Amino acid sequence: MKTRSNIERILESGGFVVTSECGPPRGADSEVIRKKGNLLKGIVDAVNVTDNQTSVVRMSSFSACIILKEMGFDPILQMVCRDRNRIAIQSDILGAGALGINNILCLSGDHQKFGDHPRAKNVFDIDSIQLINTVKTLRDDGKFLGGEEVKGKPVLFIGAAENPFADPFEIRAARLGKKVKAGCEFIQTQCIYNIERFAKWMEMVRERGLHERCAILGGVTPFKSVGMAKYMKNSVPGMDVPDEMIERMRGVPKEKQSEEGIKICVETIQKVREIPGVRGIHIMAIEWEEKVAEIAKAAGLLPRPQLT
Amino acid sequence: MIVANRKTLEEILGMLKPYKKVLLLGCNECVTVCAAGGEREVGVLASELRLARAKDGQEIEIKEQTLERQCDHEYIDQVRPFVGDYEVILSMACGAGIQYVAEKYRTKPVLPGVNTTFLGVTLEQGVWSERCQGCGSCILDQTGGICPIARCAKSLLNGPCGGSSNGKCEVDKEVDCGWQLIIDRLKELGQLDRYEEIIPVKDWTTSRDGGPRKRIREDLKL
Repeated sequence: MKTRSNIERILESGGFVVTSECGPPRGADSEVIRKKGNLLKGIVDAVNVTDNQTSVVRMSSFSACIILKEMGFDPILQMVCRDRNRIAIQSDILGAGALGINNILCLSGDHQKFGDHPRAKNVFDIDSIQLINTVKTLRDDGKFLGGEEVKGKPVLFIGAAENPFADPFEIRAARLGKKVKAGCEFIQTQCIYNIERFAKWMEMVRERGLHERCAILGGVTPFKSVGMAKYMKNSVPGMDVPDEMIERMRGVPKEKQSEEGIKICVETIQKVREIPGVRGIHIMAIEWEEKVAEIAKAAGLLPRPQLT
Repeated sequence: MIVANRKTLEEILGMLKPYKKVLLLGCNECVTVCAAGGEREVGVLASELRLARAKDGQEIEIKEQTLERQCDHEYIDQVRPFVGDYEVILSMACGAGIQYVAEKYRTKPVLPGVNTTFLGVTLEQGVWSERCQGCGSCILDQTGGICPIARCAKSLLNGPCGGSSNGKCEVDKEVDCGWQLIIDRLKELGQLDRYEEIIPVKDWTTSRDGGPRKRIREDLKL
């Protein structure tokens, strides 16, 4: 074990990992995080906190991670490259290490045009692959990006995202290869609706042996309604929602749509589990955290191994 | 060339409110090529200003002059004989030219007639596209001749991000994904193996981040 991460612990024991996420509030009320946390108790092995997702200002991932840690969770600090330069990034990583945050998810970050402050300057001093390498260098070599020595290495399990549904498809496994080369130890994928395409990506990933060096957790998100399904299909970058799924949601009366969405999600989990190389599931029930327990139960993912 | 676009008439009129005698300076280089501030645009703007002021029953005297360029002493010097006759200079050169005119004629307010935007190329008549950000450490040899700093909305050195879709950038369906272009070109060049290499963090000291820049060729100084 390199770290104190619960994800690492379960992976080393050969187990199947379940993670989910908490979206922080658009305000300073810590109760919102606690309420969401309570919905996930005993359901997940680790929990992500998003970092100003879609460039909408929210309570910081770092602070929400601390709140969740206090509740007994193993939080995953999501960090994007959009808002911070290498100085702030390394500083936050040291802080995370100091406060016992065991996991970090390294991301590029959605462009600020999607959010509530489209006029902001963006940073992108370094990119997600360089960020992965930065965490690894701080942790394993005890060196800052400038080469100087770190006095007290931050120990975090290094994760990233990958999108099997973005273009160009042909290099998506190569890009994962770069992330693994940079030091990535686990991946959460963008939410899966097109299972065929995901399976093809996994095939490319296995061909490169990446599934053995990096744990791949398949992402899933339940549809609340046909409206949401259409929105995801048309307005969210890098999302692949097959028409059949829209039709399936549309074919059900309005009051039954959320139930159908959950059904599709559970079926997706079951199918994704069967694909060789998949080491876990990441359930993203955006602003619908109360359904995660139901989904995990129906998909046969409970009970979770207890933290010692 | 440096690409700019003319400010709106409204904005220019606003800046010119206190003034009756205007020296309107165009530039024969970049802003001519991108049809923002050359002789023709000078003529058009002068007409628009006269019309607008006449409508309001106000006077305006405009001298139209297009200089070869406004980033060199010798051309800006050409207006010295008559600059004193005017209250304000309205320059349609790029931001560099406008500032140089201001440096030369310190007692005259100098106003920008254009918004200077990017270093770019002419795709076709009437269409100009960004290509270079002037980062000062060119890596075009590594990326098939396509710049990830200027053509990727996130300036990723190890792109693409997860928002690349159908060869387009998540920022705008009309904007090509810079990394799709790079990958396509590397394929054409038989250099796709380069994609496997991790490009390390950038040294931004040579770009704007390092502070205002200057370049000196000692061997050319008199």
